[in-house]
This record gives sequence, structure tokens and C-alpha cells, in this order.
Amino acid sequence: MSAPATLPEVAVSAEPPVHKPSLKKRLVPYWLLLPGILWLLVFFVLPMVYQASTSVQTGSLEEGYEVTWHFQTYWDAFTEYYPQFLRSLLYAGTATALCLLLGYPLAYLIAFKAGRWRNLLLVLVIAPFFTSFLIRTLAWKTILADGGPVVGVLNTVGFLDVTSWLGMTEGDRVLATPLAVVCGLTYNFLPFMILPLYTSLERIDTRLHEAAGDLYARPATVFRKVTFPLSMPGVVSGTLLTFIPASGDYVNAELLGSTDTRMIGNVIQSQYLRILDYPTAAALSFILMAIVLVMVTIYIRRAGTEDLV
Amino acid sequence: MKSATTWLRRNLVVIAGLGTLAYLILPNVVVTAFSFNNPTGRFNYAWQEFSLDAWKDPCGVADMCGSLSLSLQIALWATIGATVLGTAIAFAMVRYRFRGRGAVNSLIFLPMAMPEIVMAASLLALFLNMGIQLGFWTILIAHVMFCLSFVVAAVKARVLSMDPRLEEAARDLYAGPVQTFLRVTLPIAAPGIAAGALLSFALSFDDFIITNFNSGNTVTFPMFVWGSAQRGTPVQINVIGTAMFVIAVLVVLGGQMVANRRKKAQPK
Repeated sequence: MSAPATLPEVAVSAEPPVHKPSLKKRLVPYWLLLPGILWLLVFFVLPMVYQASTSVQTGSLEEGYEVTWHFQTYWDAFTEYYPQFLRSLLYAGTATALCLLLGYPLAYLIAFKAGRWRNLLLVLVIAPFFTSFLIRTLAWKTILADGGPVVGVLNTVGFLDVTSWLGMTEGDRVLATPLAVVCGLTYNFLPFMILPLYTSLERIDTRLHEAAGDLYARPATVFRKVTFPLSMPGVVSGTLLTFIPASGDYVNAELLGSTDTRMIGNVIQSQYLRILDYPTAAALSFILMAIVLVMVTIYIRRAGTEDLV
Repeated sequence: MKSATTWLRRNLVVIAGLGTLAYLILPNVVVTAFSFNNPTGRFNYAWQEFSLDAWKDPCGVADMCGSLSLSLQIALWATIGATVLGTAIAFAMVRYRFRGRGAVNSLIFLPMAMPEIVMAASLLALFLNMGIQLGFWTILIAHVMFCLSFVVAAVKARVLSMDPRLEEAARDLYAGPVQTFLRVTLPIAAPGIAAGALLSFALSFDDFIITNFNSGNTVTFPMFVWGSAQRGTPVQINVIGTAMFVIAVLVVLGGQMVANRRKKAQPK
């Protein structure tokens, strides 16, 4: 791949360079890159290599581990924990869909309807970030408490009957059910959906809406044919920013769920930090990474947006 | 009746949007309310009675404020490290053509496209294999690593939207490279750098998953909260949470007021 082809237009100066820059000047970008890239190579790439090697080791904590190219660990880990893998993808997928459903109106509101309230609304979306997310997740324990007002209302309107039928809740409880975990995941990753959506909505020229209206498009049609397609970059990056971290999360499942709602993150965490079975933990972590990368690649292909960063 | 449904339909977006906002803010309201609670048991999950005790003595819980100050220190150093390294990378990416640009781009994108737990676990694998003692330094190393990509993204976005002719103009007026950088480039890029730094600070201060794997016995504030979820949550945690929220709102609103005033002072 030739480098200039990927260069953004803005960076190309208006005049072509008359003479070749000196060697010293040509080295400038490398000096700028060196420290940061070195950091990533040593503390991001190298660890991956170590983890890969850990995943094909055998042995025990007492006698030490040795690389024996024991790929069987991958198969064993997958067959033992595929329910948790499936559950993680299901919960993360549901949470992502809910984030899109809940986040879109708010992003739309801030981008087009907020007027002078826009900055305040943006602050209110970002500010909860600063209260530790663990504290806020613990607050959901209070909100969803058994016999509390929220559960009472959900029960009265028959919402819990629907979720029970879907297998998301049991009886008149919400805490320690899949619904609580999905609710926590949705809540925690919602800002990661709203902000990219807002950014791409804000870029839309509102005259396009007017033009569509002049052509007798009804508001719903304007949204379907103009607004939504133009916001696709935001939808794609928002769903990725939500789905990827949600699929590896174990905090919500631990604080709001029960042993029946354990996600793959919970398994990896306990394998690494409690059971100390490093090869299995490393293999699980690589399987998760592979699944996520494959899904993300397919998704980006189908969504058709390549320039994400 | 008909007008009511029309009104509802017209304002559907506003209602749905405000509903989402309520969903986002609700836990903060609960955290604030429960910072005034006087719980009877170990857990602060049910309302008992109003009390100001926790606000009068926010550091009255053993080890909590120590963990808070540790988190602040780590966040500060991680922010400085990630901002310096990330800004340099962003400038190199936008302003220069060089070999291996695509590879560098993917290397920066990957940490953001990976579940945090994968990075957390792999770093632990490295530290375990190398026999490195887990603690302050391993946390700091990890935080700089994952904040770096976000700084690059924030600064890159800003520098990309910057007119390179401004720098050419400065050079035409006989400003040296250092002078051009300090007096033209840096001030224009500053909002992007500030955004990257703020994001780093927030991400590092709040990080749990990577810290959980790489902290050993060192207890940062999120680790303290995590532990307290099992042992019993002191009310003071809600006090700190409320204070953080209020400070954040004030800082962001203050920053916006400064930005607005500047915009008014020098119209484009």
C-alpha cells in the first residue's frame, strides 16, 4: 500500500515540495512516533504474544508451566464454557440494541431540537462518567431492589410477565436475573452510543431535511431516507463501542446477576485471579477476542463504512 | 383528544430523549440521595433515615481516602504520559507521510477494538512471565497503554480540521519551526489535546477491569468500591460519588463558559 494514498486531504500542502527534504527532516515523524509506538509494542503486542504462549502451555502452578503446544486447551475451554460465550454475546447484543433504541432519540434531541439547552444536555450525558461506574452500578441494586417501586410498577403494568415469558426474569424479582444484567450493561455503555450518534447527526445539514419536506416526504420518510442513512457512521461506531466492551464485561453480571447469569468475562476473571489456571484463562481470552474480531469485521463489511477512526 | 395525540406525535423524540436522559441520571440521583442515608446494616441499599454524618466525615472509613488519593495520582501520571505520547503520534500521523502508516494506524486502533478483559489478561500474562511485582507501576503502565489510543483519536480529529496554511503563513513571517509550533500549532490543537487529556483522566480514574487484573494487592478507588460491594458499602462511597459528579459538572460547564467567552471575543 502506498502511503500517500491513505493520507487525508487536509494534510497535503497546497504546493508540491520543490526539493527533497533533508534526512534529518524525514526522520521527524519517526522520532514523534517512537515513544508511543514502543509503549504499545511492549505493553500491548508483546503481552498478546505472551498470552498466546501461555494458552499452549501445560503444567501446574506448583511445578511450573512449559510450552507444549497443547492446543487441546482451546477445545476443552470452548466446549466447557460455550454457554457463557453464548450468554455474553446474547446479553451484549441485547444491550447494544437497547442502547441504540434508547440512545438515538436523545442524540437526535441534542443535535436538532435542544437549541440553547444543547450544551447542558451534553454535560448531563458525559457527567455521570465521572461518578465511578461501580458506584452507579451498585445504585442499580437499590433501584431494582425486590419489592421496590421500580419492580412494583414493572409488575403492575405486566412488563415482568413478558420478560418472564422471554426467560429474562423469574417471578416478581428483577435483581439476580438476566434482565438486571442487561439493564446494567445498557446503562453503563449508553454514553458510548450517544456520543458517536450525536457527532454524526450534528454534521447533517438540516437543509436536507427541509429539502425532503419540500418534496412532500413525511417526517417518518425523511428519517428513513435521509437522517438515518446519513447517521450510519455514528450507528456503526456506537454499536461497536457498546458491543465490544459489553461482551467482555463481568462487573454487571457479578454485581447485578447471579451464578446463572455468569458471562465469559466472569469465567476469565475467576480462572486468572482465583483458580489460577492460566492456560485455560488465556485460551478463553483468545477465543473471546477471535469471536469479537470476526463479528466486528463482518459487521463493518456489511455496514459498509471503512473509515472509523 | 386529537390535538393531544398530534402533540404527542410531534414531541415523541423529545419525550423519548428525556426519558433516556432520566435513565442515565437516575443512578446519580440515587447515589446522591443515599449519601444522606443512615443505614442500619453493613449495606447501604435501603433507605433508613436522613443523616449528614457521612458528609461531615467523608474520610471516616478506613483506607477509602488512601485509595482515592492513589487513584488520583495514577490518573494524573497516566494522563500526562498518555497525552504526551499520544499527541506526538497524532501529529506524526496527520502532518507527515512515512512508511508503515497503515500498520501504525491499526496498532493504535486495536486497543480500542478489543474487549478490555483481553488486554487486562494479556498484560497479566506478561507480568507473570517476567516475574514483575504487581502494584503502582504495573497499574500506571497499563493505564498509559489503554489511554494512548483515545488521546491519538481526540488530537487527530482536531489537527485534521486545522488549516495547514496558518502554519505556512507563520513561516512566511519568518517564525522558526519551534516558534511556529509553540505560538500557532499548539494553541490551535489545544482543545483536542485537552479533550484527550480529560478523557484519559476519566478513563484511568474509573478503570476497574484492567486494574483488577494488574494491581496485585494495591487498592485503587474502584478496587475499594468493588471490595466494599462484598464486605459492606459505607455511606461515604456515595458522598465521594456525589462530590465527583458535582465537580465534573462544574468543571465541564466552567470550561464551556470559557470557550464561549473566547468565541465571542474573537468572532470568525
